[in-house]
This record gives sequence, C-alpha cells and structure tokens, in this order.
Amino acid sequence: MVSEAPTAPDRHLRPVRPRWAVLGERGLEFLIRLSGVSAIVFVLAIFFFVFREAAPLLFAERFSLGQFLFDTAWYPTSASNVRYGTLALTIGSFAVTALAMLFAVPFGVGAAIFISEFCGTRTRELLKVVIELLSAIPSVVWGFVGLTVMSRLIVQHTGAPVGVNVLNGGIILALMSVPVIVSIGEDALKAVPDSYREAGLALGATRWQLVYRVLLPAARNGLLAAVLLGVGRAVGETMAVLMATGHAVRIPHGVLDSVRTLTANIAAELGEAPAGSDHYRVLFLTGLLLFCITFAVNLTADLAIRGIRRK
Amino acid sequence: MSRDRVRPLRWLLVVAALATAAACGRSQGGAGDSARATVIQNKGSDTMVNLAQAWAEEYHELGKGVEVEVSGGGSGVGIAALLRGAVDIANASRNMKPEEIEQTRRATGKEPREFTVGFDALAVYVHRDNPIRTIAVEQLAAIFAEDGTLTRWSQLGVTIPGVTDDTIVRVSRQSSSGTYEFFREHVLGNKDFKLGSRDLNGSKEVVELVGSTLTAIGYSGMGYATPAVKMLPLSPKAGEPGIAPTLANTVSKAYPLARSLHVYTVGEPQGAVKDYIDWILSEAGQRIVEQSGYVPADRAASPQP
Repeated sequence: MVSEAPTAPDRHLRPVRPRWAVLGERGLEFLIRLSGVSAIVFVLAIFFFVFREAAPLLFAERFSLGQFLFDTAWYPTSASNVRYGTLALTIGSFAVTALAMLFAVPFGVGAAIFISEFCGTRTRELLKVVIELLSAIPSVVWGFVGLTVMSRLIVQHTGAPVGVNVLNGGIILALMSVPVIVSIGEDALKAVPDSYREAGLALGATRWQLVYRVLLPAARNGLLAAVLLGVGRAVGETMAVLMATGHAVRIPHGVLDSVRTLTANIAAELGEAPAGSDHYRVLFLTGLLLFCITFAVNLTADLAIRGIRRK
Repeated sequence: MSRDRVRPLRWLLVVAALATAAACGRSQGGAGDSARATVIQNKGSDTMVNLAQAWAEEYHELGKGVEVEVSGGGSGVGIAALLRGAVDIANASRNMKPEEIEQTRRATGKEPREFTVGFDALAVYVHRDNPIRTIAVEQLAAIFAEDGTLTRWSQLGVTIPGVTDDTIVRVSRQSSSGTYEFFREHVLGNKDFKLGSRDLNGSKEVVELVGSTLTAIGYSGMGYATPAVKMLPLSPKAGEPGIAPTLANTVSKAYPLARSLHVYTVGEPQGAVKDYIDWILSEAGQRIVEQSGYVPADRAASPQP
C-alpha cells in the first residue's frame, strides 16, 4: 500500500497534463542532450579542419616528418633553403611551461590549502574574490606586464642582457595559472568529507598533520587535475608568451635565454603566410602537433587519476 | 460625422506622402552615393602599409568621394595582385623584377607604370652607449648570417663599458617582414639568418629593444630612431669610411641600405587612380611621407645636406 500510494494520483493526473508541456519538455531534453554531445562534435570538427589544412603537405614527397619534429632549423621563408624544424619551438614551449609550473604548483596548492583549511570565513571570501579577479585579467595585459615591468626587473636583478626570456614567460604564465590551480584545488580539498577532518582531530592530529597525512592523500586526484589544468593553460597560452619570451628560435641553455613557443610562432606567422602555401600548411601542422601534446597531457592525467583510483 | 470619417483618411494620406518622400530621398541619396563612391584597391609592401593607410585616410578627409582600401602582404603579393587585376595600385618597397614586368606585359598587354613616392633607408641601430663608430656590410653579415663568425663585440674591437658578457644580442624581424627580406637580400646576400635572434613584430619594437639593451644590434627603418639608440654609418667594404643614413645619402643611394618606395599601376593611370597618385606626389601627399618617417620623393630634386 505504501509503495503504491504515490502512483495512484500520478495515474490520475497524467491525462490532464497539457500537450505543449510534454512536448516542451521533450524539446528541452533534446536541446540539453545536443549541447552535451556538441563538445565531441566540436573537438572532432576542429581536429578535422586543422588536419585538412595540414594534410597536403604532410603527405607530400618534399616534406619530412622527421625533420619537422627533430630539426631545430626553422626557416619558413628562406630564399635558398627552406627548412621547417620545430624542435626548438617545442622545447621552448616545454621550458616555459615547466618553469611556470615550478612556480605555480607550490603557490597554487599552498593557497588552496590555506583557503580551504586555515583561514577564517571573511578572509576566505576576500581571497576567493581576489583570485577570481586575478584569473579575469586578459592574457594580453599579462603580456604587457611581462614586456614592460617584468623585463625591466629581470634586467636589473639578474644582469641578463634582455629581459624577455624563459624566466619572464615562466613567471607570467605561473601568475596566470595559479588562479586555476587554486580554485580547482580548493574544490578538491573541500570535497573531502568533514568526517575525515573530525576523525583526524579526534585522534589528536595537529592541523598540519591533518593536511599532510589525511587531506592531501584524500584529495590527490582533484589536486592532480588542478595542476594539469594549470599545465593546459600554460601550454596553450599565446599572447602573453608571444610578448614575454623574446621570440628567438633556439634551444634555451638557461632561464635567461630568449625562446619562441609553438603557439607564439603560429600567432606571429599565420597572418602573413599566403593561404595554401607550404608555410601556411606547416603552421597548421604545428597546430596539430600542439593538439597532440595537449591531448597527451590530458590522457596522462586521466590515466594517472584512474591508476590512483584503482589503488 | 462626415469629418470624422475623413480625418483618418487624411492622416493616412499625410503619412503616405511623408513615407514616399522619405523613400525617394533615401533612394536618391543612395543612387548619388553609388555614383560618386569610387573605390581604389591598394595592396603591397608591409613597410609602406602605414604610409598608404595615412594617405588613404587623409584623402578620405578631402571628401572627393573616393575610398582607398589598403592592405599589406608584402611587395611581391601586391605586384601579383596588380597583374591579376585584383588591385588598382600596388605598393612596393623594391623595384619590380624583370620577370614581373614581363608577366605584366603578357597578362595585360600593357607596361607597368612606376611612381617613386619616397625613399627609405634601413638603419643599423645600436645602444647609445655602445662606443662603436661604424660598421661594414660584411661585418653585419658575419653577425647576422647563419654561418657568421662574429658573436662577441670584442671580435669587432669594441669594449662596451660596464658589460661583462659582451655576446652580441641580435635583434631581427619576423620572417614575413619586407624589412627582413630587404636585409637578407642586401646584407646577407640571400643567405639565411642565424637562428636565435630576437625576431620582433615591428619596426618600433626593434628600436625599443636595442635602446634598452647595451649589447644589442638591430635594423629598422630610419624613421624610427629614438634618443636611446644611435644609427651606425655603414661602409660598403671594411676599412672604407662609413656612410651615414642621412636624407642626402639615402636619395643618392650612396648609403648601402637605401631603397626607393614605389607605387605601380598597369598602364597609364586613368580617372580617380590618376587623381590619387597625383595627390600622393603633391605637397600634401609628400608631407605624409615625411610624417611617416621616410624621405619624400621631391627631395631627390633638391637634396639637402
């Protein structure tokens, strides 16, 4: 009787429900499903179009994939010997991103721990607003800061001849990815059930012991996701690194060398490359390479998270 | 009663009359505009794109009903578009090549017509405090070319005060720049640049970076000089006296990196295009050349010291 009770009035009500409401609901459901699936469609479509632009060169006789991936000579408009080697650009991207993460991960995770565990409600609200503001600064403004303020500081304090270099780009990218790491990391820490904290405190753990022994292991997946989203932000960033890294094609020997990243190279050259030329196609191929790199980062993250989960 | 019936009708008439008048007015204006608004297509050199834009804007201000649409892409792109018939005027910071002239003849049956609208010198910039006095073209090549051997200022016999690491910081342009191509052709002999130079996206940026870097050397248009940098006199061969990038040396082409700025048309220009080019060559157009940092073409007639 108890289980049947709700179905009885239901059956009674159903016939009087207007048709437009039923149809409207179906329509809405369809729209929501469509927007869910659209992400897949968009990713595939973007990949397809980028690939279509790059393909004629990729399969051409005159083009060597080995040279593209492992040669450091990038001479797209040479008058005598055109060479498309992106190794220096790839290493440039990696160098700037790695340095950025070196700064951003301790700061970001630290800030996330502070906000979620150590500070009072008012400080927390204030900090969250400020961090959101930080993430709302457009990347071209960051680039501007790198080009003017940061480069002058670097020249003053390190004695480097030029202030636009790996260090500059790394610091700027770190500043840009810290807000991402903080907000996702804080969510991850907050998702740890309070019963864990209560149990820890009841066992006599100090707050630091609680964070270090209980919360960090429990929120590991979320924190890893936060860091990798930060990496994604850094690898894909274009405008700020275009302005802050000095735009020199070479493998850096130290943090004070100028580099050029894959993204900055595309941004700087695509506008001027005649459509349909080899140069144009090789830039699309660079885009494809970038796509593969971010895909690999995301896949690794996914696998890592799954691996941790299985344990 | 009858008045009540008439009134709405009368109103309708008034509204209809107004609407018709408005519509007529608009269509008349439209017809007039399309008759008057001639559009000149202008494409070519990136070096000249700001200059061409300035001309177009100033010419628009004159209110002759002629619009000039300017785009860059490079001298070669502009010339290709000209002989395809896609543009009316091509800007070029170099002379037309013989094969391009031949192509024009074959494609259009007409001779290309060249107008020299100004001169530009590619200046070599170093920091104001760099004691170097002059540099030879071959030394520049040894600094910038792929197989070049000059990497330190001490190799040139230059000691920069207050600098411990005197590695030469090369400042260059992005590879699509016309200035980059001009430098490659006239200094490097079409060899490639050595990788690792800072390739900046603008003439002004080059001068700014050189101005803030003691050990830097870079090249850019002569119009971009600032107090923080100095322009080096260039000698065609080592040991010869350097020639400064002055107006006179640019016009006489004594300066090794001087170049003329041209606009090209196919055949003798007609109508609005002719008016526009005449205006460019007039005092008003030439004043804009000077404001854009280049040497006006009329200086060629009366070179200044």
